[in-house]
Amino acid sequence: MRRIRNFCIIAHIDHGKSTLADRFIQYTGLVNERQFRDQILDTMDIERERGITIKSQTVTLPYTTRQGKIFELNLIDTPGHVDFTYEVSRALASCEGAVLIVDASQGVEAQTLANLYMAMEHDLVVIPVINKIDLPSADIDRVKKEIENELALDPEEALLCSAKDGVGIEEVLEAIVEKIPPPAGAVRKPFAALIFDANYDSFRGTIISCRVFDGSVRPGDTIRLMSNRATYRVEEVGLFRLTREPKKELSAGEVGYIISGIKTVSDTRIGDTVTLDSHPAPEPLSGFKAAKPVVFSSIYPISTEDYQSIVEALEKYKLNDAALVYEKDSSVALGQGFRCGFLGLLHLEIVQERLEREYDQSFIMTVPSVQYQFTLNDGTKVQVDNPQYYPDPIEIQSSEEPFIKASILIPERYMGAVMKLCLERRGVNSKFSYPVPGRIEISFEMPLSEVVVDFYDRLKTITQGYGSFDYELTDYRDSNLVKLDIMVNGEKVDALSLIVHRDRARQWGVQVCDRLKEEIPRHQFKIAIQGAIGGKIISRSTVSAFRKDVTAKCYGGDITRKRKLLEKQKKGKKRMKMVGSVLIPQSAFVAVLKADNE
Amino acid sequence: MSSIEQAGLYVHVPFCRTKCPYCDFYSVTDLSLVSRWLEGLQKEVSYYKDRFDTFDTIYLGGGTPTLLEERDLTVLMDSLFQSFSFSPDTEITIEANPDDISLEKLLSFRDMGINRISLGAQSFNDDELRFLQRRHTARQAEKSLELIRASGFENVGIDLINGLPEQTESAWIKTINRALDFRPEHLSCYQMTIEKRTPFGKMSAAGNLKPIDVNRERELFLFTSRFLKENGYIHYEISNYAKDLEHCSRHNLKYWKHNSYLGLGPAAHSFQGSKRWWNAKSIESYCRTLDERRLPVAGTESLSAEQHQLEMLFLGFRTREGIDYEIIQGKPQWRKVISQLDTSGLITIRDGRVVSTLQGFLVADSLSLLFQD
Repeated sequence: MRRIRNFCIIAHIDHGKSTLADRFIQYTGLVNERQFRDQILDTMDIERERGITIKSQTVTLPYTTRQGKIFELNLIDTPGHVDFTYEVSRALASCEGAVLIVDASQGVEAQTLANLYMAMEHDLVVIPVINKIDLPSADIDRVKKEIENELALDPEEALLCSAKDGVGIEEVLEAIVEKIPPPAGAVRKPFAALIFDANYDSFRGTIISCRVFDGSVRPGDTIRLMSNRATYRVEEVGLFRLTREPKKELSAGEVGYIISGIKTVSDTRIGDTVTLDSHPAPEPLSGFKAAKPVVFSSIYPISTEDYQSIVEALEKYKLNDAALVYEKDSSVALGQGFRCGFLGLLHLEIVQERLEREYDQSFIMTVPSVQYQFTLNDGTKVQVDNPQYYPDPIEIQSSEEPFIKASILIPERYMGAVMKLCLERRGVNSKFSYPVPGRIEISFEMPLSEVVVDFYDRLKTITQGYGSFDYELTDYRDSNLVKLDIMVNGEKVDALSLIVHRDRARQWGVQVCDRLKEEIPRHQFKIAIQGAIGGKIISRSTVSAFRKDVTAKCYGGDITRKRKLLEKQKKGKKRMKMVGSVLIPQSAFVAVLKADNE
Repeated sequence: MSSIEQAGLYVHVPFCRTKCPYCDFYSVTDLSLVSRWLEGLQKEVSYYKDRFDTFDTIYLGGGTPTLLEERDLTVLMDSLFQSFSFSPDTEITIEANPDDISLEKLLSFRDMGINRISLGAQSFNDDELRFLQRRHTARQAEKSLELIRASGFENVGIDLINGLPEQTESAWIKTINRALDFRPEHLSCYQMTIEKRTPFGKMSAAGNLKPIDVNRERELFLFTSRFLKENGYIHYEISNYAKDLEHCSRHNLKYWKHNSYLGLGPAAHSFQGSKRWWNAKSIESYCRTLDERRLPVAGTESLSAEQHQLEMLFLGFRTREGIDYEIIQGKPQWRKVISQLDTSGLITIRDGRVVSTLQGFLVADSLSLLFQD
């Protein structure tokens, strides 16, 4: 155990975590040059496409120190985006130390600080590393000052490296061995391991990723999951070395996996403690704080027969993304579905994409909502994240919505357009700073609800892709809220309802009506689309009826052909939802969220 | 309209003197094949002997049945009468071409028991007839009708086409008025459909033929229906009108009501119970299969309950008989659609049936798609 070090790399997004992890993997010879590819730990397609880390990944590196001692370094690569902070916090619980990367030209950023605080909460030893020293704009002295002033760390301890060029890698590895303490814990104590992640494999069942704190476990042992007392026989234990590598035993201090044929997906809970059935640990390890969602949306199967398949996909997905929360929801228009809570917008997008890609699901996702607070006349406070539960307006005394501090980094020339966008979105108290010549950082206080729909897309469009956007939740503020309903031929489509600021209701209503007009195909009859607050219509559009589709002849030889054609069309309509007597395509629910193309 | 339970008999006569560029029915112009076809047909008839109950319609369609020599037609009719049983009031229709008609021929039809004529006049405008590459003139069509009446036929239908690319409404009114002069018991007014595999289809794909604008097509359809109703006709199917219920095409109604029918000859379709089958298209393979003592069936299908229901819907929406309301009432999810369609003026409910209105007729093909299980 003295030869084990558990550490993670934390940093603001894009400061080079995954690249440094790549260098560690290459330096320790875990893979040869031929097998290597950039961002080797980002295994998901989405991660590679977007160039970001979404999931923490674990890898055990065999490292021989300058003195020739062999160590086992367990590296946990973590995401940098604020939405995945929860993922980071879980990884930290398995470590004794953290490598904190600061970009040599960007310096200390919001997530640098947030991640450092998290590391300190977990009592981790922090090794500051200044990365990207190869950049022409690198300003090591300034960054050192920031480390001293903003992070209150000793700047002289900061190591210099260029992960890209492979400079200073050995120094960082040596510091990990020297400064980070070996894991505490006792092999003789009853086995206790913390589940920090899991994966579902259709052949082998649930694969648990865990950090062993005390004792040890071997194949053949019977483990017990402490939260629900479910027991399983261990089939295999091992370490992660890019692929799973079986081992005879997993013992205190180690980070690895346990396979024990767990087929009941819901038995495995992230944050639970695994122990041995024969010698259970006296009490569970302290788990993780539950993730607190800030953005909500419902998902509904397109066809009711897909409901069960979505249920199973969500269960399996949840194993691998503990931050997703969901519960049953139902809509008059769309039937049975789920209300989901996400840590942020990126998280929502990632969940949607992974469910579609990895779990082969297709579904309708409703307009994202934030959590509003209403104070009723009798003094009770209610929190509402689903427009379906919007209180009776007569009962509402006051209403509040969550605000954020938005930070937007853009080339200076886009400032006017970005200011306009933020002001449209009810941004207030703008502040500016110039972190690098030619670039400007604008910060605004804005309602979260204004950024959950199409804000980032619009920002990217108006800055031609140069804008970056980050935000943090600040507080709840009074807000004049109303519920906007959308009706299609008089039938309320509850999945399109939205709680919105009164001043923005009309604009939103017009946008939704226009969008639906484009998306809903012509029917045999005229379709009226209306936006309404209470009983009052505030926007409308019409899909005109199509003129004629009947063929002149339909005799003995034509019937089969015509039926086949209709069957084909009918199949196409399976991807539509019948609301009243109108078929609304899945794409319509997506389209209402898209920015207007001004 | 008469009893619905009896079966219909269709005979496909796949010969034409020349091919019309808009027509996609199977026919050939090589008349030397007639005797071979007739031999085959007689064999096919013998196979189906006793397999069907009483028929109450015979429909000689094509192709151009009036192209047949009198003796060939006699052989054909005799073989039908010998092998099958018919109800006493059987409706026997022949499709006729104006350029084949003579008094002599018409009288021979009557002798054979044919009691209904469907004349392919198509238009009473010579420019239009040339465009359609018909072999007759407007005058010939008029003459044929005079002869048909003179020979004593009391059940006469006239086929007309509207919606030609350059057709004006006034030209169509003239044609339709001319047809009405003969007080036909039945009128079929087909809107021109450009079928892919026809010469018109190819011209259209190459950009040399521009189909009529859908709004004008629609106006012509609406006009035709209103005009013929004013003149006392019943609009009983998308393209079909009759002087009274007695004169609706009893044979064609069977197609729309899922009644049994037996189709003889190349490319003919048959239906019985929930089974549908169709013959080989080419005369050659049709005859060869029969030579080998096998039925010339090229395909069969057995309708599932769901398919049967879909057909019932789309066929039902084409006719003034509509669909039994009971069927719809049993499905709560359909009632909403029905009430929407009713409000939109596309259907109406009368005498326990859901029936397309004139506006509904225009979109009858897709109405069935709104009814999902």
